[in-house]
Amino acid sequence: MAPSDDDSDPKPLLPKLSRRAFFTGAGASALGATLVQTAAEAASTAAPAVHGPGPSTLTLTLNGRPVTVQADPGTTLAELLRNQLGMTGTKIGCDRGACSACTVWLDGEVAASCMTLAFDARGRKVTTIEGLAKGDELHPVQRAFVEHDAMQCGFCTPGMVMSCAALVERNPKCTLDDVKQAVSGHLCRCGTYPNVFKATLAAARSNGKGKGRS
Amino acid sequence: MQSFEWVDAESVEQAVTLLGESKDGRPVVAKAGGMDLLDLMKGGVLSPHRVVNLKGIKGLDGVRFDARQGLELGALVTLSRISREPEVRNRFVALSEAAEHAATPQVRNAATIGGNLLQRPRCWYFRNEHFHQAGGDDLARVRDGQNQYHAIFDNQRTAMVHASTPATALLAYGASVELVGPGGKTRTVPVSELLLPPDMKRPRDTVLAPNELLTRVRIPAPAAGTRAAYHKQGERESYDWPLCDVAVVLQLDGRVVRQAAIAMGWVAPTPRRATEAEKLLVGRPVDEELARQVAKAAVAGATPLSKNAYKVSILETVVRRTVLAAAKA
Ligand SMILES: Cc1cc2nc3c(=O)[nH]c(=O)nc-3n(C[C@H](O)[C@H](O)[C@H](O)COP(=O)(O)OP(=O)(O)OC[C@H]3O[C@@H](n4cnc5c(N)ncnc54)[C@H](O)[C@@H]3O)c2cc1C
Repeated sequence: MAPSDDDSDPKPLLPKLSRRAFFTGAGASALGATLVQTAAEAASTAAPAVHGPGPSTLTLTLNGRPVTVQADPGTTLAELLRNQLGMTGTKIGCDRGACSACTVWLDGEVAASCMTLAFDARGRKVTTIEGLAKGDELHPVQRAFVEHDAMQCGFCTPGMVMSCAALVERNPKCTLDDVKQAVSGHLCRCGTYPNVFKATLAAARSNGKGKGRS
Repeated sequence: MQSFEWVDAESVEQAVTLLGESKDGRPVVAKAGGMDLLDLMKGGVLSPHRVVNLKGIKGLDGVRFDARQGLELGALVTLSRISREPEVRNRFVALSEAAEHAATPQVRNAATIGGNLLQRPRCWYFRNEHFHQAGGDDLARVRDGQNQYHAIFDNQRTAMVHASTPATALLAYGASVELVGPGGKTRTVPVSELLLPPDMKRPRDTVLAPNELLTRVRIPAPAAGTRAAYHKQGERESYDWPLCDVAVVLQLDGRVVRQAAIAMGWVAPTPRRATEAEKLLVGRPVDEELARQVAKAAVAGATPLSKNAYKVSILETVVRRTVLAAAKA
């Protein structure tokens, strides 16, 4: 697993929504029902909270910062990131999970944000390409992409970097086959794969040493 | 994608109650990883009035192995977990390989085994809003059209193929699923009976009732001497949908085959057992020549369409190689 986001974050704007908070949100009738029933009965019979179809509140951690937004349940994480949260580094290519340009980390694991509903990211840690560098210090994979010319038009690059960085974090001893496997879902129209492989292997080798600004 | 109501189910019982309702002809659907649902909704093929999120239900994400009971996977276990889980890798390698070769790493991290079995076909006519709603003769459209990825067996009534590739391995292992309906009514259905030939005019291609939940997948404990192999053949090395996939499970006594299961996916409306080919294996040691005969028997009776005769010879080769791989595993 790739590292989780920095834990020294400011307090969330809203506390993580608990199960109970959702029930309360359903309104007085649901709340009343839970009060007069045992917990077990309530779980099976109480009308659960309904979100949507219009905008509803959700909270997630974005690049280490808690954010609370309104989105309708039909919104994908990619749309939320790009259209409401200004994270346009996340690209939408095929919008069907088949090109991986939209790759982000969800709790440290790669996810196709175009096929992830924003509501499925509730309470989770989302890391986008914007959250990979530590201040001015690029992630070793970002640096290696620059040094090895691992991009041409650049459209697939943010997603590609997220996958390669996740691999390097998880397995610093990764092999060429591991890199190929990690980017197997990514389509690069320019055909820059060989340099992506080189860059990722170089980053893996240098990880820990020679971190620096770029 | 049209928006919808979202409800978090907290228990199987609650989910089942919620699934019973529909409104203005728009269904209430369950959502696990959402990979197939989103695809259908974006394509305009499905427009639910409400989505019942199953991900918060506790107790559906376990992987358990017991030497007597075999393997039990909760419906919410992801494909990536199946591909990594040591108990699956060590004892059910055809399943872990099938999971590892399905989709992309990103999709596997979200896709659940339950949703995977219940996904709808990948036929491009099926997935196209226009054709999906056009009515008329779905089969004629495929027969006269772009049928290079369609069925080469049993294609007289539909030529669409089931999309799940893990289903191929599960069929070879004799797996079954547990379905739970209203009032906790539970039934166990073999994977071979779960899947129905795909049909555009039906809301699902399985025997699952609208208000039933798939809760578990079970594989019987393997007998001593069980060997298995899996191969998914795509057009390229990198991720792609298969042209065909094959799972072979052999029970060997020394070099002699005692029992054989050969399952073939993406070649018939539902994954198909090569029954005659399996019989050729029983009682004999596997060698190149026997594997050749077995593969030939496995493709006997194929009725390819105008553009997919190539799949017959590819399937024959993949069966031969996978039988040999299983015997050597
Ligand atoms: C680029 C790409 C490549 C792919 N390649 C492959 C491949 O090679 N092989 C393969 O097999 N698949 C492949 N897939 C499909 C993918 O594996 C499936 O879409 C996924 O497994 C579905 O699981 P899910 O949990 O996301 O299901 P969902 O989309 O959440 O649900 C699918 C269906 O099952 C129902 N459902 C889900 N869980 C339950 C339950 N427990 N009880 C009752 N109903 C339920 C839903 O209502 C829905 O109808 C690919 C997908 C993409 C995007």
